[in-house]
Amino acid sequence: MSEIIKTENLTYAYHDENGNKKYALNGVDLSIKRGEFVAVLGHNGSGKSTLAGHFNAIHLPSGGKVYVDMMDTADESKIYDIRCTCAMVFQNPDNQIVATVVEEDVAFALENMGVPPEEIRRRVNDALKAVGMYEYRGHAPHKLSGGQKQRVAIAGVIAMMPRCIVFDEPTAMLDPAGRKEVMKVICELNQHFGITVILITHHMDEAIKAGRVVVMHGGKVIMDGAPKEIFTNVDDLKKASLTVPQTIEVLYGLNQKLNANLKIDAMSVVQCADILESYLK
Amino acid sequence: MLKDITLGQFFPGNSIVHRTDPRVKIVLVIGMIAALLLASGVFSYALMAVYLLLVIFVSKVHFKMVVRGLRPVLMIVVITAILNLFYTPGDIIWQWGFLHITKQGIYAAVEMVVRIMLLIIGTSMLTYTTSPIDLTEGLERLMSPLKKIHIPVHELAMVMSIALRFIPTLIEETEKIISAQKARGADFETGSVLKRAKAMVPILVPLFISSIRRAEELATAMECRLYRGDVGRTRMKQLRICSDDYISISVSAVIFTVVIVLGRFGL
Repeated sequence: MSEIIKTENLTYAYHDENGNKKYALNGVDLSIKRGEFVAVLGHNGSGKSTLAGHFNAIHLPSGGKVYVDMMDTADESKIYDIRCTCAMVFQNPDNQIVATVVEEDVAFALENMGVPPEEIRRRVNDALKAVGMYEYRGHAPHKLSGGQKQRVAIAGVIAMMPRCIVFDEPTAMLDPAGRKEVMKVICELNQHFGITVILITHHMDEAIKAGRVVVMHGGKVIMDGAPKEIFTNVDDLKKASLTVPQTIEVLYGLNQKLNANLKIDAMSVVQCADILESYLK
Repeated sequence: MLKDITLGQFFPGNSIVHRTDPRVKIVLVIGMIAALLLASGVFSYALMAVYLLLVIFVSKVHFKMVVRGLRPVLMIVVITAILNLFYTPGDIIWQWGFLHITKQGIYAAVEMVVRIMLLIIGTSMLTYTTSPIDLTEGLERLMSPLKKIHIPVHELAMVMSIALRFIPTLIEETEKIISAQKARGADFETGSVLKRAKAMVPILVPLFISSIRRAEELATAMECRLYRGDVGRTRMKQLRICSDDYISISVSAVIFTVVIVLGRFGL
């Protein structure tokens, strides 16, 4: 079985302040293969973060099933194995760093797992090197930049050696430089370490780096495919209150205004420029 | 501004005093307090003072810093000295109305001043040379036998270290809120004490709300990293008593014993 995560008709209900039953997730069927890089896109309130929470048993389904590496997340005896298999990085780096020294924080999960001290030391060093923060191992987290803090948080998670990492809007609180650093690390984790990456985001430019894009709207998966397929379907994306990457937006706009009939599948600025160049000739 | 606050006033360094195991330092401070309380007489206090000077010298903590550490307790020292000076019965040297100074009074006042000052210097050397995180860890290990009588030692230490971790974060946040309120025309500097206290409310409310939100997120993040109290927990950094620690222990033990013995003879 090559699926690392599989959901079957997953629903998640909660009661709003008026006591009405609301569905954050309403019948999600999704399967994610080992080694995939999946971006989950969605407007605020589309259920994307709630979905992420189901992948390591922070949320338990109201209906349906979630399997992580064939373990049912509703099975309480498996909860630690599930969280070891599928780890999670959150939005705000300040609120997920526990210790007052970088390396102590990276060691936190391993200490909780009861790993012997010498092995903790080795895995902490490896994890810090993988995110390029080894020189900062003795620093206090509050003196680091946002991007550096988020990389420390990622190191703390990869030290657990999970097979899958869920990133819940990891760049939302960062400046452009920090965003770039973090995205670079995320791509490397997928490419060099073969870790399955699920990236929850609302930045189109980040989703474009993924191998597969899943679009959520109203608690359902409405689109699922390669980035090119998804982003060229501009009309459906707009229905889900999402924007498209700027390169596509430009070409799409030109098509609308000038009836230019351009190809709109530009995934990078260079591609976009090439298309425009050939049109102007 | 607010950011410059250093908690516990730790001065990083790499001297033998800094490197000594925190558990050893805590026990030695307790030993020092005991020795000081049992000391009496010029020689025993002088020896204690020499010992502390030696610690300060070896640790390379600036002497100015040590003196500055005494400032907050100055009032207590002065009041104790005055009370001892005037209220100790004995051979009267000077009298005015109900006030009188005795020979024993002078002796007691000087003794108390020296004793309190040495106590403060000794204990502050612990916080000067031990980082708060090491101190917390040392306390946790030392008190771990108390777990048997259901005192949540690990949890208390965890609370301490998370508090230390979040102090700079919350200070930063407070500064942000203050700026935001100032930009909206809030006035924190003028008016009566009551008015200024009331002006703090719009700072405290958002600060509390965001702290609670932070706490909730941190708890989720800790759960995701498999935190479940100290069940089956290991530590990356193992505290180990090494040869340096034996030097500190033996030197201190000898001095404390001599001080106590001298004290018994009133020297």
